[in-house]
Amino acid sequence: MAKYPTQREAYGQTLIELGALDNRICVLDADLGNSTRGRAFAKEYPERYFEMGIAEQNMMSVAAGLSLTGKIPFVSSFAVFVTGRAYDQFRQTISIAGLNVKVCGSSAGLSDYGDGSTHQSVEDMALMRAIPGMVVLSPADATECSAMLRYMARAAGPMYIRVNRNSMPDLYEEGQIDPAEPGFLKRMDVLRRGKDVALLATGMLVSRALEAAERLEKKYGIQAKVVNVSVIKPICREKLLEIVCDVKAIVTAEEHSVIGGLGSAVVEALSETPKPVAMVGIQDRYGTSARGYEELLASYGLTAEAIEKAALRIMARQ
Amino acid sequence: MKASETAVQTLRERALRIRMRIVDLVGIGRAGHLGGSCSLADIMAALYFYKMRLKKEDPKWPGRDRLILSKGHAALCQYAALCELGILDESLLDKVKMLGSPLQGHPDMTKCPGIEANTGSLGQGLSIALGMALGLRLDGGEQRVYCILGDGELNEGQVWEAAMAAAHYKTQNLTAIVDRNGVQATGPVAEIMDVGDVAAKFAAFGWNTIEIDGHDMVQILDGLEQAEAETARPSVIIAYTTKGKGVDFAEGKAAYHNGTLDAAQFQAAKDSILRNA
Repeated sequence: MAKYPTQREAYGQTLIELGALDNRICVLDADLGNSTRGRAFAKEYPERYFEMGIAEQNMMSVAAGLSLTGKIPFVSSFAVFVTGRAYDQFRQTISIAGLNVKVCGSSAGLSDYGDGSTHQSVEDMALMRAIPGMVVLSPADATECSAMLRYMARAAGPMYIRVNRNSMPDLYEEGQIDPAEPGFLKRMDVLRRGKDVALLATGMLVSRALEAAERLEKKYGIQAKVVNVSVIKPICREKLLEIVCDVKAIVTAEEHSVIGGLGSAVVEALSETPKPVAMVGIQDRYGTSARGYEELLASYGLTAEAIEKAALRIMARQ
Repeated sequence: MKASETAVQTLRERALRIRMRIVDLVGIGRAGHLGGSCSLADIMAALYFYKMRLKKEDPKWPGRDRLILSKGHAALCQYAALCELGILDESLLDKVKMLGSPLQGHPDMTKCPGIEANTGSLGQGLSIALGMALGLRLDGGEQRVYCILGDGELNEGQVWEAAMAAAHYKTQNLTAIVDRNGVQATGPVAEIMDVGDVAAKFAAFGWNTIEIDGHDMVQILDGLEQAEAETARPSVIIAYTTKGKGVDFAEGKAAYHNGTLDAAQFQAAKDSILRNA
């Protein structure tokens, strides 16, 4: 049993743990602290928790000011608001000057399934990835989310992490990922070996890629390599080249638009490498309401079946 | 503490030299924000040469008061003041906006000493200043944070988010100064987007409000004292000013918000500043 039931729970609890070790850690929410779980921090460290009300732009710039006095602010809201509504504030003051502000895009992707397109983020990674010098993180489970938050607290500079709202399969064990590892940003974990096709996935879709790999082996005898790409930017080109050198084709899978997310990052990095790439992701559409998360993911083709089909299709090109 | 008549006179001379340097920074034949820089010169002189605790030999001294120029387009006024103070080298003034220069078109803390935050995208500085005020207060510091806004800038909604939040958090260590020169980039504020009774608006949000003539040094100093004396709320000083103050042909004119001077106008601007001093 993992330490945290969801990524957002990992966010709230990890910040409390970090807050005990470092009194520079502050948390800001925009009246969504119950959802982001940032509000848990307020109970432990009320003086370092800033409820900013429904005003994300002000929240982002206030975080800039706090960082200028030596604090390490973690700013949280839904991914769609914190990257969209407060984009300019993040870009102009925080990113240009490289301020030490950590941004948490909570309820990322379609994970806030009930609330529909206004609350679901299909382009948060695209926005953050376009920012020069930005670090964009997309953990695959709650344990990795916690490790990434610990990394964010110790490493200087602006960073973005996308956090899922719902429970998701555990892929890592507590303590398996070392946030102090010097090559932390070069992490790209091969979770399953295979030499026919590489399934490069991020976030919720990593567990789906593992499932797809099992199906490909059982049904077709295809050996799929499954890789968790959780550092979306800077994407480690050398590591990527090493990972794909022995496969014939590549499939990317993400709970994000195929424009500007993991698929784009992989294709950009491999643009001089003649390997076909199929992208599983949201196909240039907005989200929509559904009664359940699984149902919604399925309707957007974010399933093991879709990854399996994409692998067969792209391998047939060979 | 009341400033002596000599101190006031010295500050007036500082403001004069800041204005002369602003004209140098605008230069000949290239666009520069003359109007909104000149309207601020007296306030800037009062802050840098009287009110703010600073160590010019150590611009990053942690005990310093902070100034956020939210109306970042008035960077020329801040560069002029920092040069007058000795934090910026005189020789840099020739290099404003030149490729690779620390003197960017808008203030850049990563390139220019004495700049506290990157501003220029309007409406954000008051929030940054609020974050600083909260951070400094958290550490039990005595430092004050000053934030200069334009009146056209008050069009931006984020200013009012910050106004609400600063009142909510009762940041007594925060003073906003509105350069109420009445003219924004393309015309009079009252015509482009009327900001109305600025003092009443801030007062409604819960701020201590002070109204002054932003070119009267005694009133500026009094206003800053009153703001510092406030212990329960943030303060705002509405400083009524003239855009392009001192350069008679540019006064009150939107054309000189980011205008260009030819050689004759450059000289005329300097003559006018000396004449009006």
